[in-house]
Amino acid sequence: MSPLLQLNACGVPLKLNELTIIELRTLLDKREIRPHEILDDVYGRMDAVEDRVHAYLITTKKQAYKAADEAEEAIKSNQASILTGIPIAIKDNMCTKGILTTCASKILYNFIPPYESTVTAKMKEQKYLPIGKTNMDEFAMGSSTENSAFYPTRNPWNLQCVPGGSSGGSAAAVAADECIAAIGSDTGGSIRQPASFCGVVGLKPTYGRVSRYGLVAFASSLDQIGPLTKNVSDAAAMLSVIGGHDPLDSTSAPSGLPDYAEVLGRDIKGMKIGIPKEYFVEGMDQEVGDTVREAIKKLESLGAIPVAVSLPHTEYAIATYYVVATSEASSNLARYDGVKFGFRREGKDLMEMYMKTRAEGFGAEVKRRIMLGTFALSSGYYDAYYKKAQRVRTLIKQDFEKALKEVDVIVTPTSPGTAFRLGEKTTDPLQMYLSDIFTISANLAGVPAVSIPCGFSGDMPVGLQIIGGHFDEASILKVAYAYEQSTDWHVRRPSL
Amino acid sequence: MSIRYEAVIGLEVHAQMATETKIFCGCSTKFGSEPNSQTCPVCIGMPGVLPVLNKKAVEYSVRTGLAVHSTISPYSRFARKNYFYPDLPKGYQVSQYEMPICEGGHLEIILDGEVRRIGLTRIHMEEDAGKNIHEGTGPHSFVDLNRAGTPLMEIVSEPDIRSPQEAAAYMKKLRSVLRCLEVCDGNMEQGSLRCDANVSVRPVGQKELGVKVELKNINSFRFVEKALEYEIKRQIMVVEDGGKILQETRLFEPATGVTHSMRSKEEAHDYRYFPEPDLVPIEVEKEWLDKIASSLPELPDAKRERFVSAYGLPEYDAELLTLDTATSEWFEKVVRAGGIPKSVSNWMMVELMRLLNEDGMSLEDSPLKPDMLAGMLKLMDNGTISGKIAKTVFEEMYKTGKDAGTVVREKGLVQISDSNALEAAVDDVLIKSPDEVERFRAGDEKLISFFVGQVMKATKGKANPGMVNELLREKLTKM
Repeated sequence: MSPLLQLNACGVPLKLNELTIIELRTLLDKREIRPHEILDDVYGRMDAVEDRVHAYLITTKKQAYKAADEAEEAIKSNQASILTGIPIAIKDNMCTKGILTTCASKILYNFIPPYESTVTAKMKEQKYLPIGKTNMDEFAMGSSTENSAFYPTRNPWNLQCVPGGSSGGSAAAVAADECIAAIGSDTGGSIRQPASFCGVVGLKPTYGRVSRYGLVAFASSLDQIGPLTKNVSDAAAMLSVIGGHDPLDSTSAPSGLPDYAEVLGRDIKGMKIGIPKEYFVEGMDQEVGDTVREAIKKLESLGAIPVAVSLPHTEYAIATYYVVATSEASSNLARYDGVKFGFRREGKDLMEMYMKTRAEGFGAEVKRRIMLGTFALSSGYYDAYYKKAQRVRTLIKQDFEKALKEVDVIVTPTSPGTAFRLGEKTTDPLQMYLSDIFTISANLAGVPAVSIPCGFSGDMPVGLQIIGGHFDEASILKVAYAYEQSTDWHVRRPSL
Repeated sequence: MSIRYEAVIGLEVHAQMATETKIFCGCSTKFGSEPNSQTCPVCIGMPGVLPVLNKKAVEYSVRTGLAVHSTISPYSRFARKNYFYPDLPKGYQVSQYEMPICEGGHLEIILDGEVRRIGLTRIHMEEDAGKNIHEGTGPHSFVDLNRAGTPLMEIVSEPDIRSPQEAAAYMKKLRSVLRCLEVCDGNMEQGSLRCDANVSVRPVGQKELGVKVELKNINSFRFVEKALEYEIKRQIMVVEDGGKILQETRLFEPATGVTHSMRSKEEAHDYRYFPEPDLVPIEVEKEWLDKIASSLPELPDAKRERFVSAYGLPEYDAELLTLDTATSEWFEKVVRAGGIPKSVSNWMMVELMRLLNEDGMSLEDSPLKPDMLAGMLKLMDNGTISGKIAKTVFEEMYKTGKDAGTVVREKGLVQISDSNALEAAVDDVLIKSPDEVERFRAGDEKLISFFVGQVMKATKGKANPGMVNELLREKLTKM
């Protein structure tokens, strides 16, 4: 074991799995620790808590230790990059060559991609350690990870509660120190809401900032990949690795990446932070509201200037989202037809094979959304639903553009409540959808947003959402970092 | 008095673009390879893959649009056409719907010496599907996805076509333009060019259109005519019997020449088109457009007009010679080598085409080359050989690939223009035909051709016909 200088709050030396990317980078580069030792601690932690948390769908020890050998070689020859030798968990909707990729769906229960997603390929190039694939709501459709076809993931802060979703496995793995950082995907809040529920940092970059190649599509015009991390610096570090143009994704933006690490730590004095009145409404958890208002005061004390702004079309966001996202999903999920890969149930003819395969292969929520989307695109309904939703989407985008001309970032609660109990909302899809009410607009507008821990309501973490202009991740990370530096919410860990 | 009917026809032609690679991935588009050997995660629609547009496909579509006088959209986009079928790996076809790459335009066809203009509605890009294989596979069906993702242009005509013959002429002209542009090989047997037709009938003079029927699977020039002929007859019969035409899709069966119902309007798919979110809109910049426009070759219509004005050819000859580049180039090579345009045209369209057709060969493979025809025409011109001998020489050149001079020398086919030699032959014929000589002298002047024929026969066609004629008249009047 390496000589570790860090002690936790109780004076006990930290295990390597409890450290951050930046901390481990230093230790690795100084040759004080080996990548294998980090893996030992990560897998040790999994052995201790995974039967209660269920953050992972599969673990890939063999690949991880093999990668650790390569990482060690790279470090020895001074070829290390930021993620070299760092164990990172991958949400199971990212294609990983030769490693099962199920999207937590029965219909892909046996799917092993013959190709690598661009995001994991970029991390592989840096010799990250692929430790396993994390649980999620089936096809990323859900806000609690209860829609996994295999088992639900539990919130490390309270095992009776959900971790949020759909990247619930990734958020829980980070919160429970079962990884150093994780990759998630966010279509309507699927990184930020679970980050908020689990008390970790979750960043949804600008649409087009990170390549979607190899991300199993839910809603192509909304999906975006991003990191879930233990602090803001790690999120910035991850973005600098996974971001940038990809010739394999026509919707990835050509613009170059700024040096995020350099941006962090800059003064936020005089920065205008917009407070949209539509995000502080009746019906939201009182303590959550108070906690976020407290956080805004903290930012003010750091020199930021709060400005009241309005995002007038906010009330239409959920309806718009559920038309656009389900329409795209109904088409994106058509390829799971039993013909070429994945689950198949034979039938007496082609039609029966299709119907049985899809009826048995998809879970209830996925089928509900496919039907919604199919309906919205049907002839005679297209104009009233899909087309109208696209128009409202434009208005929502314009709301943000207008507000962000007056302010540098917008600050809101990430979710109107904290993690709810398992089963609490499974019978009421609408209630479930409402837990994404504050995160959905950023996807519709394509703007970047980050959720950072800003306190607790009862025993459960509360998230602060910081939204920025298109391709201005630097501003939201700067504000998030300044806040994080003056608080200690992010270092708190659940006792498991 | 019975009512006369006219047909109203619009064609939708799918043309496979002659790009090296597929429209959204780097796989080869080669025809006839081992099943599924030209596939990758993108064209077989695996989870998480994304399309990347092949710029060549856009260029080819723009080339075509410019050639047929379409408006090229500066901004167009792809859409998804959703339906389930095993040969459609993603469960949707990436196509264009609301904003196609080209709108409007026209093609000119010539039928019975008359030029007709057929309007075009649009040209859009899309990806081809794979192929289901049901034969020789036992109880299972198989899917070959080599073709999936091959770039297609769908070229949609206005309902301006009025007869099966016009439809076939339109197809031929379209094929000729596509081949001239080198954007499609036009090979109907391999499915590079496929055609669906919308057909209705109405009494002549009636303005409103009849109920239209969509005909599928008419994939050769012959079938286009046959299928439309059958379908028009069928529709007229239904109407005359007091029946109603049903809006439906019908399939043409080449074996029987009959169309039968495939699905009714009620069973028609709802394709749930919506803009393809995985691709950004296509912007055609003015600079690029100008560059493509300036690189266009001389097109069949322009060439036809030039052939008429520069070479004095009839429209009919000009149209046939300009339908494909190989033919027009062949023609012009002979003319440049000194051939008289009209006789070059005659030799090509009558003798050469006959011989090539007999052997099922194309002009490119012809053993008889343009300079060989030019050489033969020279020998005719200077009197070395007669028109009759020329035919023999032509066939011999075609058979052996030897030039005209060699053929004439080897076969001893030089025309006899020596008056002494001819005189002997003429005398001989006259001596042998005393009765005919008598009748000629009594005024039956038509017999002159009999005497010429006899002399030609005696000289095995080598006699100079002009000189024979002259000699005969001289001798017969002197007798």
